[in-house]
Amino acid sequence: MAGVIEEARGKRGIERQIVLPWSRALQMTRESIFVRIGRSVITALGIFLGVAFMSAVLYGSAAVRVKANVDAQQLGLVHETAEMQARTIWLVAMSLVVATVGIVNSMLMSVTERYKEIGTMKCLGALDSFIVRLFILEALLLGILGSLAGALVGVVLMAIVNAKSLGWAGTVAVWKETAVVLGSRPIPLWVGVLFGIIIGGVLSMLAALYPAWRAAKMPPAAALRSEF
Amino acid sequence: MSTSVYEYIVRTKDLSKIYTMGGTEVRALDDVELDIRRGEYVSIMGPSGSGKSTLFNMIGGLDKPTRGTVFIDEVDMAQLDAFELAWLRCRKIGYIFQTFNLIPVMTALENVTLPMVFAGMTTDEALDKGVELLRTVGLGDRRDHKPTELSGGQQQRVAIARAFANDPAIILADEPTGNLDLRTGKEIITLLKQMNEEKKVTVISATHDLKMIDVSDRVVWIRDGKIERIEERADIQIDVGKMEGEEG
Repeated sequence: MAGVIEEARGKRGIERQIVLPWSRALQMTRESIFVRIGRSVITALGIFLGVAFMSAVLYGSAAVRVKANVDAQQLGLVHETAEMQARTIWLVAMSLVVATVGIVNSMLMSVTERYKEIGTMKCLGALDSFIVRLFILEALLLGILGSLAGALVGVVLMAIVNAKSLGWAGTVAVWKETAVVLGSRPIPLWVGVLFGIIIGGVLSMLAALYPAWRAAKMPPAAALRSEF
Repeated sequence: MSTSVYEYIVRTKDLSKIYTMGGTEVRALDDVELDIRRGEYVSIMGPSGSGKSTLFNMIGGLDKPTRGTVFIDEVDMAQLDAFELAWLRCRKIGYIFQTFNLIPVMTALENVTLPMVFAGMTTDEALDKGVELLRTVGLGDRRDHKPTELSGGQQQRVAIARAFANDPAIILADEPTGNLDLRTGKEIITLLKQMNEEKKVTVISATHDLKMIDVSDRVVWIRDGKIERIEERADIQIDVGKMEGEEG
């Protein structure tokens, strides 16, 4: 008798596989983001605010250094930057923590709302890993988009606020100025902002990992029963 | 009598499901033994809470039984690993639900082709087959509509097309007419029967819609998690008349 197992095992190689190509996963993710744009914006907002705040703090710190260099007579400022150093790091860390809490929360919501959809997909033959892959991709895209927008808004706002005191030359110079010193390594502003965008994407992805994995592990019957 | 002549596509043995709710045990299924022949149209009837949805979940591999076995093509479903179970759901079984369960962000055609994507079919092949299936269920002109732009009956037609995506051997339907009006419900039943005859697919439908009896080869009556009686087609006819009389 041609059993199910034999059929599945025997031809697992080429034709009889279960697949979700990355291109298709990406397309599904994109559609999902745009069709549920309201929910997507809320999810991205946490990371957006976090990265915007982080960029602004870094910009402010770099701007102070530029001003200190320009006005060499204000020696007191050099002392203050050392003090500000700890505060900058603390603020950056806090902004990331707040952003992470926000995105974990909205990812949990967004996954819970879609239990039924997840159950349906599993009925259609999706492996647990497909579900996780779709949510991770979605979170990564939202995280990167949110962080990009956040970095842009944070930097532009600070540039406008500091435009008068920095002048045009100062606004250009601030990009390469040290924003924060980690250990004894000075980190230029542009590296800090870039780091913020990357960490925004990564944090968002990590935040989606647990809820997506938990949802994927659910027996389909339980996932289908949930009403939202 | 002549059971050995038939090939059973689904068999359950001592199938039990016990839920623990607030400290008390609820026997949703109690030692159910049911053999379903290839190509049969079987209705599982019973009041709500009788265990028919639980039975549906067990046969479909959507939940694990507390005790007992489900055999699909003589293979014990409990022995399958996650990959084989996914393969079974993808290729062997087509599911139809009371609430249609289409993916809301996808068009009708995308919904129908999704199982084909999982099965590794190329995009062109999948699109051709998806369009053909939608035409079969009478929705050839609705392929680019989202579920929210379709009526309940149309959504269920898309769901039926999707269930047939990978030419399954079994169609499992859980209250397929439960959310539809009388006329649309009849249309869906007719469509299911038509597919059952044309594609020789086994249809197993959990329902309490008496209209379903008309097209069934066998009706399995379930009550309190046990099979109360099984009626063959010949016995059914009389009952239908009687029950429709009661209904009116």
